[in-house]
Amino acid sequence: MKPLSSVRLTIALVLFSMALVSCGVVDSFSGEETVRVYSGRHYDLEEAFEQYASETGVDVEFLYGGDAELRERLRTEGEDTLADVFMTVDAANLELAASEELLQPMDTANLGMISDNLVHPDRLWVGLSKRVRTIMYHPDRVDQSELSTYEDLADPRWAGRLCMRNSNNVYTQSLVASLIYHHGYDGALEVVSGWVANDAEIMSNDIVILETIAAGGCDVGITNHYYLARLLEDDPDFPVLPFWANQDGRGVHVNVSGAGVIANADNPGLATQLIEWLAAEGQESFVYGNHEYPVNPDVPPPPLVRDWGEFKEDRLNAAEFAALNADAVRLMNEVGYD
Amino acid sequence: MRSDTTEPARLRGRRPIWTGITLGVVAVIIAPIVLVGLGAFSPSLDVWSQLWSGPLPEMLSTTGVLLVLVGVGTLILGTGLAWLTTANEFPGRRIFTWALMLPLAMPAYILGFVFLAVLDFAGPVQTALRSWFGPEVWFPDVSSTVGVAIVMSLSLYPYVYILARAALREQTPATYESARMLGDNRMAALRRVVLPMARPSLAAGMVLVMMETLTDFATVQYFNVQTVSVGIYQVWRGMFDRETAVELAALVLFIALFIIGLERLLRGPARFHQRGAPRDIERVPLRGWKAAVAVSICGSVLSAAIIVPLVQLLYWLWTSPAVVTDMTRAFEFLSNSLGMAVAAAFGCVFFAMLAAGGARFSGSPLVRRAAHLVTVGYAVPGPVVAIGVLVMIGWVSGVAGSNPAGIVLLSLTGLVYAYIVRFMALGYGSVDASMEKITPSTVDAAHTLGAGPPRVMKQIYFPMAGAGAAAGAVLVAIDVLKELPIVLLIRPFGFTTASVWVWELASESRWAAAAVPALLIVLTAMIPIAIYLGRERRKPGSAVALGARVVTRVEAGVE
Repeated sequence: MKPLSSVRLTIALVLFSMALVSCGVVDSFSGEETVRVYSGRHYDLEEAFEQYASETGVDVEFLYGGDAELRERLRTEGEDTLADVFMTVDAANLELAASEELLQPMDTANLGMISDNLVHPDRLWVGLSKRVRTIMYHPDRVDQSELSTYEDLADPRWAGRLCMRNSNNVYTQSLVASLIYHHGYDGALEVVSGWVANDAEIMSNDIVILETIAAGGCDVGITNHYYLARLLEDDPDFPVLPFWANQDGRGVHVNVSGAGVIANADNPGLATQLIEWLAAEGQESFVYGNHEYPVNPDVPPPPLVRDWGEFKEDRLNAAEFAALNADAVRLMNEVGYD
Repeated sequence: MRSDTTEPARLRGRRPIWTGITLGVVAVIIAPIVLVGLGAFSPSLDVWSQLWSGPLPEMLSTTGVLLVLVGVGTLILGTGLAWLTTANEFPGRRIFTWALMLPLAMPAYILGFVFLAVLDFAGPVQTALRSWFGPEVWFPDVSSTVGVAIVMSLSLYPYVYILARAALREQTPATYESARMLGDNRMAALRRVVLPMARPSLAAGMVLVMMETLTDFATVQYFNVQTVSVGIYQVWRGMFDRETAVELAALVLFIALFIIGLERLLRGPARFHQRGAPRDIERVPLRGWKAAVAVSICGSVLSAAIIVPLVQLLYWLWTSPAVVTDMTRAFEFLSNSLGMAVAAAFGCVFFAMLAAGGARFSGSPLVRRAAHLVTVGYAVPGPVVAIGVLVMIGWVSGVAGSNPAGIVLLSLTGLVYAYIVRFMALGYGSVDASMEKITPSTVDAAHTLGAGPPRVMKQIYFPMAGAGAAAGAVLVAIDVLKELPIVLLIRPFGFTTASVWVWELASESRWAAAAVPALLIVLTAMIPIAIYLGRERRKPGSAVALGARVVTRVEAGVE
């Protein structure tokens, strides 16, 4: 074979493989009416979107990614974006997208059932499921009466007994941001440095925290509630219990997974309809797969977490703690919370 | 031998068109990085002083410690195993020789999550120990800098191994034998002749390893080890401060340059050339316990780096059959991965040919130095490249209009482009090194006989650099299969690769389900390695030697 012909062959091969790949992708654009979602959330979304398509005839295309990456992408794409809806797993990234003018107010009267603290004041975004970040403990080594608040975990009697999530995690950042809101920067600093002084073991995911508590490596930790539900689903005897923090005070810290309509959306109407549906008819399929708490009061919590009973929520608007996120990161850096 | 000495250069003349082409390629390749960098020329002193009095010193020292540990780890593993398999004979040596390259197919982030799942407090090993020796049994902290260093050493040592093998086979046999004849025993000859001669190759391999370590996000985050690269994420995602994040990325690039400078210093002026055909040093048969030790060393490295992780992944697959739901989608994701890997590999080689060949035709030493700039992406973290490319896609997106096929194609082209920018060093290194091998007199003769640059390119450079280009393409393809941050940022709707799939599941801590795509990546990455090894079987020594040149050129390029 002459050298050049092999070059031509490879170029042809490359073009062919590119064409093949893009054909496969373009196929998915065939739907008449399509709403497109940038989603930082993955949990069983497909099921909810398929149900939506079959009920309404509107196809949903979605692209998973990290919350921050997708926000960055939206910002860079500007008017060229194909996406209509931005969906995240925590409030901070929604609020940041809102403050960067990447979202537009939703024109709807159908979201009134959602509690005010879970909705942006101008309806730039709305929470669609609640994730409760609370205290988890091993019942053999901790008596429930010993537990009370997040702040109390800074007490020296918890020294060597704590497992916590790392500071790079948005849930940790949101929790610390809420502490800053309630106690001021210095007050929150005192709490977090108390955790550090208690030699809290810092871990890079919630599942590992729960498994370590179960295996006896720690007595107490702070995680999102649904990770425990997921472990209980696999093993009903999993030896960790949830404790609702701060019930005698402001209530337990609640974060949301939510969505907003993108400022440059081609289809703001369809986007709003999808969000309305997820808050109403679609609530169950949206929240149940991941054992989250519904934002719609008419929908009961998923079976597994229903047994954990009612609890008092911190009614702080997610937009408030989201605005303190950068301070939270700075605070954790300052006290050496990794 | 430098091919651009002044005499032949004058003979070949200067060609402004080729200067233009070369500089054009350089501009295209560095554009996204420059674009992002431009945004960072207003350092926010406030944030920097905060960082400096806060986490930055510790991040820098963690990064330094990690680099040293991984550098030393890969050096010991790579060099030791290469010596063991080239200078000794023991049962299974032939199989170990090639099998020891396979860990290149295992991404560090996959090895990392298996490592932690097996060894952390709640994992099977510590649980078993506690049940035998009681709850207070001591175990080292695996989620630590040392833990990451072990994982990275195990997944990156093949770079050094491949180079060390090449150096041992190509450069040293004759000199080694002379030293032996002059009365040195084996260890003395190893210390006095072999290691000094192999030093440039070993150093070059370590530079590659350190670049990979420096720009890694996934593995270090998983171990909660705070390197400067993790700092970029923290500032960008947690503090919402893009400018500072980009400035931190510039700091990473600076560290990369520092490493390369250090390597230059360590290597000194030494240059060693191949003498005769590559061959093994006279192999000494190991018997009895020595053979057992050799087998168990090779065996345990292989087990830790690839066999145990594969078995664990298969076990997860086996115990949660629900995860194997949709194999047609698996096939789609995999073919997407492969498509990108193939396109990026050929793209890298194509632009490398243009840049390296064009620089030679231009006849200007300055242009040749400038051409090396195309490799800078290898020292820049993936998200930086991706954001630059996204901005550029924005410029041309008017062309595609609202035609969905056009938008998808644009997005995929952008993705391949970003990969080329990021991994160009591997392709350029191989091509430039192969062209270096072509004696200037061959090219001069062609020119004298009236052949213009296109013909020289076609009839001399393409055929002769082809083999080197193939080796470079293999390395690019493997890196693209494993790559994550770029594809996450640029991919179009409906386009998922195997690495994205792993990330989706792993980011939700669904390890068992992540086993399927993880296995797919590892098995797919073995294909290019198998091709590479097949080549070596047909032409013994050639593939390894070419791999070696790839890498030695990379550091010249990144510089």
